Amino acid sequence: MLPGKYLVLGDIACAEGAIYAGCKLFAGYPITPATEIAEYLSRRLPEVGGDFLQMEDEIASSAAIIGASWAGVKAMTATSGPGFSLMQENISYAYHTETPIVIVNVQRSGPSTGQATYPAQQEFYQSRYGAHGDYESIVLCPSSVQETFDMTIRSFNLSEQYRIPVILLMDGAIGHMREKLVIPNPKNLNIIRRVYMDDNYTENGLVLPMGKFGSGQKLLITGSAHEISGKRNYTPKVHQSTIKRICSKIQANNDIIEIESFNLDDANTIIISYGVSARPSYGAMLNLRKKGVKIGFIRLKTIWPFPDTLLRNLINNNVHSIFVVEMNNGMAVREVSRVIKNAQVFSISVLGGIIPKIKYITKKVEEIIYD
Amino acid sequence: MINLIKKYSRFLPHKFCPGCGNGIILNCFMRAIDQLDIDPNSYLCVSGIGCSSWIPSPYLNLDTFHTVHGRAIAYATGAKVANKKLNVIVFTGDGDGAGIGGNHLIHAARRNINLTVFLINNYIYGMTGGQMAPTTPKNSITSTSVFGSPERPFDLCDLVKSAGATYIARWSVFQPRQLIKSMKEAILHKGFAFIEILSPCPTEFGRRNQLSIKDYLSLFDPKSSREKNKFKTPFGILVKKKSPEFCDILDQIKKIASKKGDI
Repeated sequence: MLPGKYLVLGDIACAEGAIYAGCKLFAGYPITPATEIAEYLSRRLPEVGGDFLQMEDEIASSAAIIGASWAGVKAMTATSGPGFSLMQENISYAYHTETPIVIVNVQRSGPSTGQATYPAQQEFYQSRYGAHGDYESIVLCPSSVQETFDMTIRSFNLSEQYRIPVILLMDGAIGHMREKLVIPNPKNLNIIRRVYMDDNYTENGLVLPMGKFGSGQKLLITGSAHEISGKRNYTPKVHQSTIKRICSKIQANNDIIEIESFNLDDANTIIISYGVSARPSYGAMLNLRKKGVKIGFIRLKTIWPFPDTLLRNLINNNVHSIFVVEMNNGMAVREVSRVIKNAQVFSISVLGGIIPKIKYITKKVEEIIYD
Repeated sequence: MINLIKKYSRFLPHKFCPGCGNGIILNCFMRAIDQLDIDPNSYLCVSGIGCSSWIPSPYLNLDTFHTVHGRAIAYATGAKVANKKLNVIVFTGDGDGAGIGGNHLIHAARRNINLTVFLINNYIYGMTGGQMAPTTPKNSITSTSVFGSPERPFDLCDLVKSAGATYIARWSVFQPRQLIKSMKEAILHKGFAFIEILSPCPTEFGRRNQLSIKDYLSLFDPKSSREKNKFKTPFGILVKKKSPEFCDILDQIKKIASKKGDI
């Protein structure tokens, strides 16, 4: 798509965002509600000199994009819950080998096959803790079609900047929603280029420049415990320092975390949400304001790393109640309870593949604050 | 030989068991690529998990990609498509390539993607201590089949043949000259090239099934009588044919599609 205004699906906005971010290889396997991303890119990638691979399963899809990334291209896959579960071993490999890739998970209602065509937000924790071993994750969560486009580009940027697999956690509603998309002029987009070992690079110690197959670097890439050179080394000291480094490169950088807040100044009650459920949550906040409730709203755009410090700074001592609205059995509410100690934290959870209505959230909040 | 080691090895000696065929395969591969007129920087050696996956990584001083169990061919597919100039060689085992990774093996063969796969078949899971593999001959003793393997084994060459591989050969490590020649052919072959290399595992398979290296010699001897050659495996180049290659087709698609690209 040329820069301009369009009315498109969230999945298409994601696919087009990948094109603008410089993605040159997509490997995937059909799954509702993420299939449109693969379908669109199968047509679009060859137009811009890229390759589309329909692999035999999601395991192979995630493997292929890691291989492609080391061969020097930006690569992405897109899936939903069942496929995301299959990918976990390779995602763990990407964390350990510090491979920049983007994995899109358009969440549907689980467990298992669940309600395959209905939206949910049940991979809040899986997107952070799904793969085995110790690591820190970056997970972004869009609430609109436009934001899906923007965040896909940001996912690629963060993955290159920090050499990490970045997970874009969409949901079936955002993926299948048609909304306005404005594609800006590519000149106005900030696209981060990969830093290679042979470039002039000042090492900051945490994120190391990357190698590239076929350039004579004689790379030794392994998922086994290794030194920075790639040489296998199982000694506690070496592996400890690897884990500390791959975790602290994310922990040390606050610029990864983005949140959006409304009406917090005088608020004594706050609603927190993310993804598609943030939309009715915002509406409920406006509704309750009209009724005279001093209520504010926080939308998490980066859900991992969880914005501990930011939330502590934003939520002052006047706040006595926090409501966490989400389409799962109460996941982010646990994180909020861990972070915020001086207010009561309540869960407004919606299950069954539905998006909470403004009325429902308003009622739930009123039930508790007027109790 | 010393020159060869200096040129292509990262460190030696290797850690394979006495009697293991992996050292011979490493040796044959170094000789094969030394005899070919190909830039060593264009090689990418991909492997999964298991004894055979240690042949390239860490011993070969080339780009080596030691990936997860069973997925070497899927990783190789991504790397090859992303950079079609790479000569991608996959070293895998019978458990890695035909057990957990069997799906990727047949689909790569079906695509006829220009990969070279050396599948080292030692009839057993060696690294984890001798468990039954999808290639273990029926009634063989392993640590998970102490009463004899109840399963029928795969004929891997037949499997990839029906999946569409365009170069298929089978050799044992006791045929190094034929193996080197065949490795060169496989690397130069345009399309999915597959060599099954039969290799002894005296530590895990031989020990449990009373096979000495001498027994292995007659087992893997194409001339030995049918009774002795109880694995009944034919050796040699089994398939060699031309067929459109996957990466070429992808490039053609790009040519057609790029005519209407807008950024």
